[in-house]
Amino acid sequence: MHELSIAQNIVEIASQHLRDLGTVRVESIRLKIGALSCVHRESLLFSFDLVAADSPLAGARLEIETLPIMIFCSTCNTTRELPSIQSFRCPQCGTPSADIRQGRELDIDSIECTELHSPTESLSIPEEAAS
Amino acid sequence: MNQPRILEVRTKILKKNDELAREMRDEFRNAGVVVVNFVSSPGTGKTTFLRETLRRLVQANIPVAAVVGDLETDNDARRLAESGAPVRQIMTHGMCHLEAEMVRHHIQDWDLQSLDFLFIENVGNLVCPTSWDLGESLRVALLSVTEGEDKPLKYPGIFNTPMWPSSPNATWRRFANSIAIRQFETSKAFDLVSESWNPRPKPDREWTNGCRSDDALGIECVVE
Repeated sequence: MHELSIAQNIVEIASQHLRDLGTVRVESIRLKIGALSCVHRESLLFSFDLVAADSPLAGARLEIETLPIMIFCSTCNTTRELPSIQSFRCPQCGTPSADIRQGRELDIDSIECTELHSPTESLSIPEEAAS
Repeated sequence: MNQPRILEVRTKILKKNDELAREMRDEFRNAGVVVVNFVSSPGTGKTTFLRETLRRLVQANIPVAAVVGDLETDNDARRLAESGAPVRQIMTHGMCHLEAEMVRHHIQDWDLQSLDFLFIENVGNLVCPTSWDLGESLRVALLSVTEGEDKPLKYPGIFNTPMWPSSPNATWRRFANSIAIRQFETSKAFDLVSESWNPRPKPDREWTNGCRSDDALGIECVVE
């Protein structure tokens, strides 16, 4: 199931971004997933929990924002949301369009975390020990 | 201590695969090799179709090679090698799709400059390969008559998703995948079309046959 590969990529990318922080507890990872991305939400949530268990992201929630398919209609000269994945025609005028402006995303948008110790706090020596 | 933070990431999850696929696409283009990624359900007939296509190309002295992905065994590589073309097997050991790195690894010592075509037979699956760009020039979906006429409606992702953004200079857009149909019986009434250069998908069931109803379709139906 390819959601496992996707979850592994999420953990890898998120872990890289956390590397420069001190000790953190990751609360959530916000994803933006387009309707054309062929990702099954429940499978991804399940896969992420499995993969994240042995990583700095253990216990984090995945928050998934689903983005609808938006096409650009050259007749109407505007972007429109598609009501269905089956018909790539402007819902207003019926002109076919392959100009997809939104819907293919499979992105990590942001990470919400609580910094427990900053990098400098982690390394600092208490005054009494230094003297 | 205990400072909440929001880290902006704004990164594509498949960035690593996409970047590698882009590099591979450039390499293929510079080497002058047309790369075709074949997808289908398991059992449609990709291997037989490809074996016959490879055989015809080898007989015509057109330099071609192939890689094939399966979870286990090298059975399909052996079958494809009957054509006389160089073939490598990619065993995914459980992964349901091929990724760019797997393809790159298996072709790394091939002289791409000497090839006209490289065929990639993907793992039998109409869902998962959708998201993984392999650096191909063209993605072909094979359907067999016994699967029914509404496969593109049932599997919209693989048929309706452009694989990569067109460059600003593109004069056309690849939208629907190319579809080559393998007919088991010539008496069947289905007519199907190669949609590779047609930017308009056809969600209804009227397709027109541009390919011969043979046991295997020739390469001329698939790649122009």
